[in-house]
Amino acid sequence: MTSEAETKAEAARTRSAWLLSAPALVVLLFAASGPLLIVLAYSFLTPGQYGNVIWEWDLNGWIGILFTKDIFDGTWGLADAHMTIFWRSVKLSLMTTAITFLVGFPTAWFIATRPPAQRAFWLFLITIPFWTNLLIRTVAINEVIRNEGLLNTSLIWLGVISEPIRIIYTDTAVLIGMAYVYLPLMVLPLYAAIDRFDMRLLEAGYDLYASRIRVLRRVILPIVKPGIVAGSILVFVPSLGAYVTPRVLGGGKNMMIGNFIELQFGQGRNWPLGAALSMTLLVVVMVALLVYVRAANKEGNPHG
Amino acid sequence: MADRSFEVARLPGFKFIAISAFVLLYLPIITLVVFSFNSGQSVALWEGFSFDWYGKAWANEAVKGATIRSLIIAASASAIATTVATMAALGTTRRKAFKGQTFIYVMINQPLMVPEIVTAVALLIFFASIKVATGYNGLIYLVIAHAAFCIPFAYLPIRARLEGMDLTLETAAADLYASHWQAFRYVTLPLMLPGIIAGAMLAFVISLDDVVITEFVKSGGQDTLPTYMLGQMRRAVTPEVNAISTVLLALTVVMLTAFFVLTRKKD
Repeated sequence: MTSEAETKAEAARTRSAWLLSAPALVVLLFAASGPLLIVLAYSFLTPGQYGNVIWEWDLNGWIGILFTKDIFDGTWGLADAHMTIFWRSVKLSLMTTAITFLVGFPTAWFIATRPPAQRAFWLFLITIPFWTNLLIRTVAINEVIRNEGLLNTSLIWLGVISEPIRIIYTDTAVLIGMAYVYLPLMVLPLYAAIDRFDMRLLEAGYDLYASRIRVLRRVILPIVKPGIVAGSILVFVPSLGAYVTPRVLGGGKNMMIGNFIELQFGQGRNWPLGAALSMTLLVVVMVALLVYVRAANKEGNPHG
Repeated sequence: MADRSFEVARLPGFKFIAISAFVLLYLPIITLVVFSFNSGQSVALWEGFSFDWYGKAWANEAVKGATIRSLIIAASASAIATTVATMAALGTTRRKAFKGQTFIYVMINQPLMVPEIVTAVALLIFFASIKVATGYNGLIYLVIAHAAFCIPFAYLPIRARLEGMDLTLETAAADLYASHWQAFRYVTLPLMLPGIIAGAMLAFVISLDDVVITEFVKSGGQDTLPTYMLGQMRRAVTPEVNAISTVLLALTVVMLTAFFVLTRKKD
């Protein structure tokens, strides 16, 4: 008897949960999740002559990611230009992750070892850039490193150099920019991990005559590892899909995957290839995020 | 100095790197703001203080139009996102796990997980076909696109507020013969209001700052401030860009400070 009433009440609660969530789900389905399925469908169609697609089944969008057809003899070969762009994207993203870690770890350690009253202040200093518009931060870096920018102007004024050093529109510029804009994403999870670290373990290490470097390698790093994994993925994922930073700092030549995808929908006029590239990026990012979720869970349960 | 007591948490060089990181993090932003007040053309050579570039930016019809468009889109999108997120938060919190809960969570948080460029391309394809089919090119596409990616940002603070709320107050209202609606209107809603305002402000800032999705969805002549700035970066940069950035920056800082005040835990 009661169980039947309970089941009914349960069903009513579930129904109201869905009804209340429905408007949000409709907006998201219409302008976020739904269109992803259209991209998937487009990746299997034939490119139209002036962009868009012709509704004919075609696998060339997917094949075109890696291979290209020779225009003279029609044979298939590896698409070198695509490989260069993929390699640049992965290389720059990995280097960004490494740089943000090398700078971010000491920074997070510094914040976590401040007296508790000061910690909120230092954390706030990291949080402000984190919430500041990415474009504005990229523009700020652009104005520092461009030929007539602050860096070159100052160095010339000081007499260190006579000609501006050309950094802007190189891979180095993109790397500097990404490390700059994504540094807070590395510091915040590292701080969270170090904050929970038991400093008495350091005393134990030093009591046992371990050197500082040995304590760092054998005690600190293994314990904060989940934080390192989390921070690295939080930096690697947006770096791989970066669009604004390579566009503003890399110019037209130094494209990354994000800009390459845009090209297919613009001058490239190959929407299926662009769609297939988007889906590939999506899958890579999803896999990285799964690793992140596992690392985050591990951190919550250090003995798991 | 030499006989300083042994500090266990000190690691050599860490403090130097950390302080350098803070300096490097802020130096470009401070430079950007300072040179928005430069009287000359340069963004690196100081020639004197003036508000000229703010005047020039505001006199520029393209900037004026982009500002108004940015504000209209951010206001409409954050209003929509906050409304639907409030409803969803009411539906998904403070109840036992139900069938499909995970699905709803994944859907709501999906804009945080998918790379922006992928969503942008998806919306470009989808809206382009609607634009062709209907012949309508208004701002509504941008408003809906922004509303969608603002939903998780509005949802999270509202949900956090609801989860921290005292359920007994609503039970008390029901005991005093308040109807469902009265209990919601006079008890639940006022209690969750700080969360709703916080969510709305976060959504507003996120919409105001968006570049990538706007760049792909906009039709001709629909530049927002960020996409206008992005377009300008291809040319020689003048302090006009700095002036626009500084205004956007100030707006963000004000909104976020208010957000932190609203969501601060009283303990």
